Formats: sequence, structure tokens, C-alpha cells
Amino acid sequence: MIEFATLVNALDSTNKASLKKEAIIRFLTFAPEKDKLWFLALMTGKRPRRPISTKELKTWVLEITNIPEWLFVECYAAVGDLSETLALLLPPASEKINKSLSEWMEDILQLANASMAEKKAFVLTSWNRLNTIERFIFNKLLGGSFRLGVSSKGLINTIATHFQIEPSIVTHSIMGEWNSHDYAFDKLVRGEYSNTNLSKPYPFCLAYPIEKEVEELGLIAEWQCEYKWDGIRGQLIKRGDEIFIWSRGEELVTIQFPEITDALKKWKGSFVLDGEILAAKDGQILNFNELQKRINRKLISKTLREEVPIVVYLYDLLELDGKDLRSESLQNRRKLLEQLYQHNVGPTILLSPLISCENWADLRILQLASRELNSEGIMLKKKDSIYYVGRKKGGWWKWKVNPMTIDAVLIYAQKGSGRRSAHYTDYTFAVKDGDHLVSIAKAYSGLTDKEILEVSRYIRQNALEKFGPVRTVKPELVFEIAFEGIGYSKRHKSGVALRFPRILRWRRDKKAADIDTLENIKKLIT
Amino acid sequence: MIQFTSKGIYCIPGKFYLEPWQPVDLAIITHGHADHARPGMKKYLCHHFTVGILKSRIGPDIQVEGLAYNQSIHINGVKISLHPAGHIIGSAQIRMEYKGKVTVFTGDYKLQDDGLSTPFEPVKCHELITESTFGLPIYRWESVEMQNQRLNAWIMHNQGYKKTSVFIGYSLGKSQRILNAVKDMGEIYVHYSIAKLNIAYSDAGINLPSYQIIDPTTDMKHLDGKIVLLPPALLDTQLLQKIPHVAYAICSGWMQIRGARRWRSADAGFAISDHADWNGLLQAVKESGAEKVYVTHGQTASFSKYLNEIGVEAEEVNTNYGEELSV
Repeated sequence: MIEFATLVNALDSTNKASLKKEAIIRFLTFAPEKDKLWFLALMTGKRPRRPISTKELKTWVLEITNIPEWLFVECYAAVGDLSETLALLLPPASEKINKSLSEWMEDILQLANASMAEKKAFVLTSWNRLNTIERFIFNKLLGGSFRLGVSSKGLINTIATHFQIEPSIVTHSIMGEWNSHDYAFDKLVRGEYSNTNLSKPYPFCLAYPIEKEVEELGLIAEWQCEYKWDGIRGQLIKRGDEIFIWSRGEELVTIQFPEITDALKKWKGSFVLDGEILAAKDGQILNFNELQKRINRKLISKTLREEVPIVVYLYDLLELDGKDLRSESLQNRRKLLEQLYQHNVGPTILLSPLISCENWADLRILQLASRELNSEGIMLKKKDSIYYVGRKKGGWWKWKVNPMTIDAVLIYAQKGSGRRSAHYTDYTFAVKDGDHLVSIAKAYSGLTDKEILEVSRYIRQNALEKFGPVRTVKPELVFEIAFEGIGYSKRHKSGVALRFPRILRWRRDKKAADIDTLENIKKLIT
Repeated sequence: MIQFTSKGIYCIPGKFYLEPWQPVDLAIITHGHADHARPGMKKYLCHHFTVGILKSRIGPDIQVEGLAYNQSIHINGVKISLHPAGHIIGSAQIRMEYKGKVTVFTGDYKLQDDGLSTPFEPVKCHELITESTFGLPIYRWESVEMQNQRLNAWIMHNQGYKKTSVFIGYSLGKSQRILNAVKDMGEIYVHYSIAKLNIAYSDAGINLPSYQIIDPTTDMKHLDGKIVLLPPALLDTQLLQKIPHVAYAICSGWMQIRGARRWRSADAGFAISDHADWNGLLQAVKESGAEKVYVTHGQTASFSKYLNEIGVEAEEVNTNYGEELSV
């Protein structure tokens, strides 16, 4: 595991993209073939099921170290990463071992069918043969998120440069299913296995937020304007009568939306569609909070299907009868999409309506009112644009409505994870509800490192209790919180849920008495 | 015998303070770090080696008296002696005895022998006032030899890539430790604030390796490929960027945690500390034989709670020490 440990260490030690790239290329040059495939799998979220729960790992560490559970909790809060906490608490190893990354992964795969006693024996023996950093990696390999200071996109770009191919080819090639036994790393990333898999989606074309005034985009007639829907961006694939639904996070969500599958079965032809999965009733798009009820469910009950009906609003057509249309102009793709739709009209899969405006001023009026339709704003797509891979400036712009904002007071704080573990970075904010404060949102981002240090110091000095990960803070610091949407929610004490809340700025000029009231905030709900 | 006041830790019969943070008549000082030795006292009492440091940091005209380790004096009937704390040069635990009862104030300390400071010696007492900067079991230091090997290996790696190795550590104590550890690896340059404190070491008869002093007003090109020592205050300044081909490492106990290393995004972080680790703190408490332990700074809540659970009566007290530790 030496090459991999060196890589992890190198990625940890810098935030310069060039040095990270160097380290990855060094790994790709020297690491064994199977290790490279495993690395790619782990970094792109294709990992085996966790064979052992973290609860068990923690129990074993408590047994070995003989420390009380509350102390473990304190340590975890200070470290901010469970795998690392376990690695640091264990006594130094008394033996040594050198297994490659793939050998470890094979061992871990074997554990799936092992008894708990066998699992425990394997883990304890391994811990006793690894130094702290190796142990940390081993714990990560056993399960949990694998963040290494490089995104999967960053990795893909590095691989693409290294092999002198287009990033889109790498992205496309490593989507879908593959394993470390039957595949060769070079062939995989070069796309030599690509056509074998019917499910393979295309990388999504994404839009940048518009930075200038829309008037500067030129003639409105050159642009296709449509609403920006706030649901789950999805790719609907039907090839050879097989149906796949991919989310933008490269997850297959086919079984979560049976009504889409049912509708697609009736569609004729073979195609790949780009669209937005939305909750809708009686022709009205529902608040995102409704759609949330349908996400990450193992079972979709009939009641739930009736309570939160699903529709898809189609944006684009990427492939038709085996032909990749992405280099066609948007105008042509839209024409083909409308033709395809005309042959397959139904209640579930619909076209995302186009907005026709004579001039930008008229569009501005619609943009400002878009929230009333539960839309986030307007999408502007150049009619002659091709379907780009990922984000590319110029072709597509998102023109979102300004976020809503409220002033709220900090009431709870928690240390962050990863690089934020040394400081209080995760905050809960409250607003007034009569004479009381009621928590309204959690936010993790928006402050500069310097502000985080300052807020952390305030929290240390003004915490009302000393144990456990969460600090109750004297309600004095006021922040402006921005969010994209708001809806009623039974799961939240305040009765409302904010969408994408984040800290806009620290309002040092305001006191706790100046914060917003829940009553006023509820008035923002459409 | 002891009272925790808003000015500092007060010895009632002795009528003096231990490391107060507000001006008093007589202050006994454990060591020369700024959060422990503050300006404004009428008189200071400390170890001989600390005298020069106080004069250099607080002012040449302060009234300060030096004591040797294990030498006792009496103040208002309280027998006082200083004992090695192993933290930095001259660092001392303060032992106070009055009517047969012994209280020891550790100041900052470590059990590891860093090769420069007089090694820590346990002192038997009834009451122990201890720090707990690294009072969580995640803090366990590697041996000093291993730490030094890692520093040297890192320099070698940098030399292979033609990079300048810059170490960031406190100017008093840590820097001299690093200087000593890397002495055979090449030409060493230290910031003048560190050089100023190196004198305290040579005055104490400790031979530090030879080094050259950086003048930050001149051009930094001549540092290319060399070994450079800087204090933490320069971390976010231009100086670091002016050094050609810089790779910099932070040397601090906090670097034990991956998140802390990544927060600073230094090129390397070495968990080298002049404070006791978890096992060190527990060992010190045990060897003191104290019936009652007061915990002054650091992980005070966790450490005192744990001591109570293992049968040592302990209580946390509020002090103003430890604010320096923000790296």
C-alpha cells in the first residue's frame, strides 16, 4: 500500500492543483494495474458495500484502548473523521505487513460472507500490522466516504492529460459498471469497453451562472429560453428496450421512479433524453420539499406515489436510434425532441415549455416572477450550441432569481470535518418565534477562514456546555442567511424548511434583537 | 494554600502569585513563553536560564531573580523550589511546601527528553496544578529519534526536488529543537527573532549548531535550497513567499490531526510538541502521587473528568494560559 499511502499523504499536504496532479500521475505511473483500477473506483464512488458497520469498529477500539465512550466522542469531535480517530486511538502496531491496495480490497470483499468473529479477527490483526496513516486508509477502505482533497472531476482531468485524451471520453468510459478483474486501466479510461454497456449515460451539459446583464448576450432570437426547474436533473435512457434513469450525481435512480419507467416502456424508439424529474399535481410543479419525500427510499409505496406524483420535463435529446446527437445544434435537437414527443404524448413525460419573448425586458418580468411557478429562474441556451461536456462558458447560462435572505442568530455550533475539524464551522441559526428562538437553518459555508477563526474563538469563550460535539452558544452573533426556496415541513421544529441555506455575511452591525421573526418568514412561502 | 483569583494563581501564606496575568508584587514564573511571563510585575522569580529570556522579552530593567533547580528559598514561611519541567530551556515546575503540605504547579511540561532542556523530573506532592494542552488520547507523540528522522527525510526529499526547506515553529524552544535536529543536513538560516532567543541557550552553556541570521529587509535569493527556520507569526506574510522554491512545514503538536494539517495547507506538518501527550499527562499525574489535581489550560474538561473517573480527584480551573497555541 506504499504507493497509495504516499499518494494520500501528498494529496493531503498541498492545496495546489499542480502538485496534486503530479502526485496522481506518479501514482498512475508506478502503482500496480489493479491498484489503479481500485483507486479510480474508490474515487468515483464505485465502492463495495461496507462489510462492517462503523459502530462495530468503534466498539472494538473501545475494547482495545479501554477508554470510556464519552471520551471517544470528544476525540471524534476534535479529529472530525471517524477513520482517523480510530487510527489515532489504537496503540502502535507490533507487526508489519505490505499488501497492495487491491489485495486489501480483495480481502475486504471476502468479508461480505464472513461471520462477525472472522470479521473482527481480520480487522484486529490488520490494525496491529499498520502504522497510523496506513490504518487510517484501511479504515477508509472498509467503508465510508473517501475524500482525498481531489474531486472525481479533478481526477478525470488528470487522467485525461496523462493519457492525452479528452476528459469527456474518460468521464463516459468510467461511468456505468466495471471491475478490477476483467478490465485494464488504460483500456478502460480510453473508452475501449464503452459500447458494451447499454446503460451508459452521457456527461451532463451544465450551465454557468450569468455574470453580465442579459442584454449583453445579443439578440434574444438567438437564444432558447426556458424555466430553470428545481428538481432532479436526470438522463432517461431507452436502448434495446432497456430503461435506465441516471441522476446528475451519476447514480442510477431507475427503481425510485417507477412511473417514469412505465411511461418510457410505452415510448417508441431508442433514445437518450435530458430532463428534470419533478413533483407535480394538477399541472402545477410542487415545492422541492415534496420531491424530497421520494428521494433515497427503498420502497415506493402506492400512497407515496399518489401523494407525490412525478413528472419529467424534457430539455434535450442526446441520442436517437443509436446516433449521438450532441454535436448537432440545440435548435435541431429541440426539433427532433419535439417530433419524438409528438409520437409519444402522455401525462408523465412532458416537454419543458419554451418561453417566447420579443425582447429581454419582457423576459426580465417573467424571470422575476419565476418563483411563483416553483422555478428557480430562467435558462438561456444558445440555439446553435452543441451539447457540451460539463460546464463550458458561452453556450448555456443560468439566470437565477436572487436568493431570499433572512437575518438569524447563531445558537449552536459544531466542529467541521476534514480540514475544518480544528474549528467550529457548522452552525445552526435561529429566528424569533414570539418570545422564543426557534432554529431555522443549518449552514456550513459562506465565511472566510479568518471569520471562521474569529467565530470559533467566540464559541469557545461563550459555549454554555462543555461535552459532546454540539456547543450551545449565547445568541449574540447575527448572520444574513441566503436560501433558494422555502416550504412547509413537518420534520422541522419551526415548521419550515429552507433550501440551500448558506451564510451570506456576518452582520456585525446587528444585534440579536434585530433578527427576523418566524411569522414573517412564513409569508415567503408560495 | 492556593487560591485561583482573577489576577492569577495566588499562594495565600506566601503572598505571591504564580504566573499572574495582571500586575502583582511578586510573580514566580515557570518559563519564558509570553502567555506565562507577562509584563508589569514588580519582581519576577524564575530559573537562572529564564532570567535572560524575560529580560529580552519583557525589558532589560525588570527586577528578576534566578534560582537553580532544586535550590530552595523561603518566602513568608513557604518553602519554594524549582524542578525541571522539560518544556523548554529553564522551564520549571514550582514546588511549594507549607506546614507539611506540598503543592506543585507544573507550568507547561513534557516527559520526552528533547536533548536541550533539562529532562522532566516528577515531584511528589499533595496537590498538583497541571496543564492539559494535549489532554485527549488521540495525542501520542512518536519518539524524538523518529521525529528527527522524519524532519531529515523531508529535507532530503526537498533537496532532491531542489526545494528550500522552511520550518515553522515557536521561536523559543521549538526552533532550537529543530535547529539541533537538522544540524547535519545543510546550511541553516534562522529568522532574527529566533536568533535572539538562541542566545539564552548559549548563555546557559548549550551549544547550538552554527547558523546564519536572515535579514528580512534584504533579498531572499540566497536562501534557495537551504534550510530555514521561521516563527509562526510569519506564516501568512510576504516573507514566506519571497523565499525561492519554498516548501514549508509546521512543527506543532496540533499537526497530529489531518484536518489541522489541511487547514493550514502547509507542505508538511510534523507533530512535534513541547507539551506532554495524553500518556505523558497521565504518567505525570500518577508519579506526583497527588490527591487533588487542578487542570489549568487545554483540554481541561475532558482531562479532569477522566481523572475523576480513574479515581483521582480533579477539577478544572480558569486561567489565561495557552492562548499562544493557535497554529
